[in-house]
Amino acid sequence: MSYLDYIKEKQFPLFTCAGCTHGTVTNTFLRVADELKLDKENTVIVCAIGCAGRIPTFLDFNVLRVTHGRALAFATGVKLSRPDVKVIVFMGDGDAVAIGGNHFIHAARRNIDITAIISHNEIYGMTGGQYAPTTLQGFKATTAPYGMIEPAFDVCELAKGAGSTYVARSDVYHINHLHKVMKNALTHKGFSTLEVITSCPTQFGRRNKMADPIKLVERIRDITVTQTAAEKMSVEELKDKIVIGEFVKTERPELTEIYEEKLGKLRKN
Amino acid sequence: MSTAYKVQINRKWCKNCGICLAFCPKNVFSFDEKKKLQIVNEIQCSGCLMCEKRCPDMCMKIIREEE
Repeated sequence: MSYLDYIKEKQFPLFTCAGCTHGTVTNTFLRVADELKLDKENTVIVCAIGCAGRIPTFLDFNVLRVTHGRALAFATGVKLSRPDVKVIVFMGDGDAVAIGGNHFIHAARRNIDITAIISHNEIYGMTGGQYAPTTLQGFKATTAPYGMIEPAFDVCELAKGAGSTYVARSDVYHINHLHKVMKNALTHKGFSTLEVITSCPTQFGRRNKMADPIKLVERIRDITVTQTAAEKMSVEELKDKIVIGEFVKTERPELTEIYEEKLGKLRKN
Repeated sequence: MSTAYKVQINRKWCKNCGICLAFCPKNVFSFDEKKKLQIVNEIQCSGCLMCEKRCPDMCMKIIREEE
């Protein structure tokens, strides 16, 4: 079986712009799915609105596409009613931490067995290039024509604080690292958060003098540092860098298991 | 016995973004005058799969051939 058996080939080529690296995340996901032999029938992918949220509709799994930002809320419902299925959520940064921020922190707090893959491209690409809470300071967007003035959100720190039991960050340049952490995220029991740094040449690149998709991936290569390298660097050196690696890997009681246990006890009485 | 690699591009899906070209360690690819992706140095391919894994449109395929 090849990784291309997990896509709906009739709907290809992908709708994404040339050089949009959301496709790279999908490519890696399909390879990991092939490696883990994910069962198409017993896997539910939940996605919402946005470029990153549209990609799963081209995959040959059970796909649920819902309202903007609410992917995790629907995924919680799916997982609670069918604890035996694997639930994976694809989100963009706006979807996960802006509009769906509340759902995100509460899914992490509950520690429900869902894998959230968050594509972080620093912008709202599909709606016309508005700034997102993850846009780094100084970068331009349609709603920030003189540069972003607000500080950016750190998705991994947020997930860590909310209680996610697996938190990792990777990017589309370090592709083998992405493959490794995505596999760990998908096999982890409990709520796992994987943030992937991607690029948007059309909306982000064009406004920030990096319209060439290659330049954007080179920028990702230059701004990311691994955890081991970051340990030796000073705070000043790490100012404009993004650290990649696995930040949290713990175990905590999982929500559906507690729920089933409680239900079993109540049924006996 | 040496190993050779064959590079296949699915032209129907390729958007000529150049990500494979930029990060190929052996310079297997090049753009022609119309900025269309061309395979120019297939014999140099070492089979590292960096193009296949990074391709956002899933149109690359590297086939290993034993000689």
